[in-house]
Amino acid sequence: MPSHDVLIIGAGLAGQRAALAAAEGGATVAIMSKVHPVRSHSVAAAGGINAAINVADDWRSHAYDTVKGSDFLGDQDAIEIMCSEAPAEVMHLEHIGVAFHRNATGELDLRAFGGASMNRTAYVADITGQAILHVLYEQLMKHAHAIDRFEEWFTTSLVVEDGRVAGVVARDVRSGAMELFAAKNVILASGGAGQCFEPTTNGLICTGDGIALAYRIGAPLMDMEMVQYHPTCLPENGFLITEGARGEGAHLLNGDGERFMEKYAPNKLELASRDVVSRAEQTEINEGRGAGPRRDGIYLDITVVPRKRTLEALREIVNIGKDFAGVDITREPILIRPGQHYVMGGVKTDVNGRTPIPGLYAAGEVACVSVHGGNRLGANSLLDTLIFGRRAGEHAAARAASTRMPSPSRAYVRADESMIERIIRRPKEGARRVSEIKHELGTTMNEHVAVFRDEPGLRTALAVVHRLKAEAAVAYIDDRGTVFNQDVLAAIELGFMLDCAEAMVTAALERKESRGAQFRVDFPQRNDAQWLKHIDISRNGDGAPLVSYSAVTFTQWQPEERKY
Amino acid sequence: MAEFTLRLRRYDPGSGRAPYWDQHTVELEPHRSVLEAILQVKDRVDGSIGIRCSCMAAICGSCGVRINGQPGLACHTHLDRALACARDGVIEVEAMGNMPIIKDLIVDMEKVHWKKIRRVTPWLLPEGVVPEREHLVDRDAMVDVTQSMACIQCGACVSDCLTMEVDPLFIGPAALAKVYRFVGDPRDARERERLVDLAEDPHGMYSCTHCFKCIDACPKGVAPMSQIMRLRRRATSDWHIDDANNGRRHEEAFVTLVRDYGLLHEAELLPRSYGGNSWLGKFHPAAGKVLLESLPVVTKAILRGKVGIRQAMFGHKLPAQSLDQVQRIFDRVEGRPQRVEQNLYVSGEDDDGAARAADRAGRIEKAVTAQRSVVR
Repeated sequence: MPSHDVLIIGAGLAGQRAALAAAEGGATVAIMSKVHPVRSHSVAAAGGINAAINVADDWRSHAYDTVKGSDFLGDQDAIEIMCSEAPAEVMHLEHIGVAFHRNATGELDLRAFGGASMNRTAYVADITGQAILHVLYEQLMKHAHAIDRFEEWFTTSLVVEDGRVAGVVARDVRSGAMELFAAKNVILASGGAGQCFEPTTNGLICTGDGIALAYRIGAPLMDMEMVQYHPTCLPENGFLITEGARGEGAHLLNGDGERFMEKYAPNKLELASRDVVSRAEQTEINEGRGAGPRRDGIYLDITVVPRKRTLEALREIVNIGKDFAGVDITREPILIRPGQHYVMGGVKTDVNGRTPIPGLYAAGEVACVSVHGGNRLGANSLLDTLIFGRRAGEHAAARAASTRMPSPSRAYVRADESMIERIIRRPKEGARRVSEIKHELGTTMNEHVAVFRDEPGLRTALAVVHRLKAEAAVAYIDDRGTVFNQDVLAAIELGFMLDCAEAMVTAALERKESRGAQFRVDFPQRNDAQWLKHIDISRNGDGAPLVSYSAVTFTQWQPEERKY
Repeated sequence: MAEFTLRLRRYDPGSGRAPYWDQHTVELEPHRSVLEAILQVKDRVDGSIGIRCSCMAAICGSCGVRINGQPGLACHTHLDRALACARDGVIEVEAMGNMPIIKDLIVDMEKVHWKKIRRVTPWLLPEGVVPEREHLVDRDAMVDVTQSMACIQCGACVSDCLTMEVDPLFIGPAALAKVYRFVGDPRDARERERLVDLAEDPHGMYSCTHCFKCIDACPKGVAPMSQIMRLRRRATSDWHIDDANNGRRHEEAFVTLVRDYGLLHEAELLPRSYGGNSWLGKFHPAAGKVLLESLPVVTKAILRGKVGIRQAMFGHKLPAQSLDQVQRIFDRVEGRPQRVEQNLYVSGEDDDGAARAADRAGRIEKAVTAQRSVVR
């Protein structure tokens, strides 16, 4: 049985950073991912990474912007850690090879981003996530002697013995073999749950695996109602147009050609925080001022950016515009609209990535520290993954030194083997296809748990989720093989997504106010007296999830009215 | 909506069945991707179809396949364009080449692609004290390496590399393109060592035969072959690395012959590459040896009419005026103070600001008017 001090599930930025930090801390480390590490969805992060590295900047300013962006729901101790450690982390990335683009004097160039009071976003064209992810993978290859890689291994469950984490059960996707992995510590770094929505900017792999795995062994989830809609996505398929476009100066125009952000955010305009811009766009569309043939979009006009600059710094979205919308963004405006992009909520952790379950850590989008609160600022997610990935890795490595290696029972493997066997043997009669259920979940969530929400819509969504849970339990699949049986994995993922969706809808119903990404049409005001607190969701057997509250941590900034 | 027929190459190693073709019809708009079509079949008809995919937007690099025999990303190929290249009105999709097939459209990238990537020491090797802040480096150098960094490791170039087909040990387009990402990076202190390593490797940078297939295959404009040529230019012109594979001498002989004759003089190429870059080269023992070794190939080429005996002996003749033009090209290119390299991310283009603003206002007005007429 493979045994490691630290076992990391997920090999995006948070996971790879955690692995490198844990190995540096002297631990034996393994990193496991259901896809090859460079396919992880961190690869799609485009615009950049925030850090107060300009000598005229101050991390406190970055922290304040983040607190304000979170609509004061972010925990300020965690935000202070993230922002104060950001410059050193970005420099570390630079030192190990990330080719950040430079200014005329050869220092890191910084671009403007939403909700930021000055330019503090370091970038590599508009492939920043890819550039960092690939460099971290280079480091994993370099440190192969210290870090075992299990690429294309799917985690089916977390193993808990005597109240603490003892390892995981996983399936080798390639052979179908099930294996038990003993570990003193498990770090979840498996990303978000965007596939609960359709369309979404997220890849097909973002199915909330880690969120559900932790939830199922009793770890509480936090801020699950906070789902970010990104202001600039292609209407048809949800593809992302980076915020970097607006950072470089692009304008948003409604169907009448008006630069409508003047009404909603007279100071920051297009660079207000994402929740504000998405709401403004949706308002324009709802009130009949949308653009495009069906008036259900908004124009993003990148032609105001010099063409040479666009070709150099926004090359990827030039391609996306050309290949997926048939538009040359350097010559004409492109039609966009808000689309699901990020889940602020996740597995509740402290500033070292620890969950309440001993030995279980989480970092990155799967986790909720909470540094993003009600709304994440653009270019803060890469930072979140790296800072808290590193901290979780360091902390887990230190904990390993004083922990005995568990030796979990093989019964856990047998249990998951028979779970998979049962899925494969489900009869076709009277059952729905997994893909059908997933599609209904996605469209339901996108209709009722979107930019604007109200109680009747959320109740509808909850009822649909409950029905789909029952249907998913008997949904049938076609593939009965062992080699690369993606069908059976999709059935397991569907279960993960439904757990995540139930938590999101439950929390959204609970929060009877409007804050950050949660806008309740029936409670349109922010209500600090009653709702300046986190909503925690815990599993309660097969019953309705348990709802509880936890306090928001304040250090130096008191809540104030949010204006951009 | 339109109907498209797909023919998928299926293979399940667990079934004991040989690979076979599997045909399905889908309904989708023509600008939807081949991946969306495959997923429609997978979702609605047969969930056992194996294909790696995630982002659907040509960023994650998972869905490398061959479509109508051409390598590329399934998510990056529109159905109408795929149909236009189909032989019999059916879009044919199969696994990539040069790598073992695991199942259906899924290949073993680990065994080929990643092994080759690991071969080239794929991480930055800086030297000296780690600076407190960032390395101060030239702005343009960082934009320049972005092209090779834009590689998403999809394997499309590896799939159809002709050299790899005959020499599976060839390091290959993806891994060599990755090297340029370090060689071109001013922070890397091992440029010379990296170049020597790849010049001396008998399956290294000089094994590329300039067939351009990887450039066609690459969905991200990395142009692997161009990156390989840049490695060679650095190895030869900048570092003067004389390699055991005769890569540098071969290149010099090639260039000299084209300058002197206007066209390649095939019979002179080998003797000059091995025996020295002049008319006397053929009298060198090394040249004799290689000429003897190549006799069977030469004979075959003559028999098949690829070369005439007269041409082989005396070379091609160009009119003096044309030769003069060739030489003017040489003078111009070699007379430049700096080498000019093609790069996707570095463009000289810029529009005149005022014209652009006026143009833009017109376009938006046009878009808005067009939309109003649709609404009405």
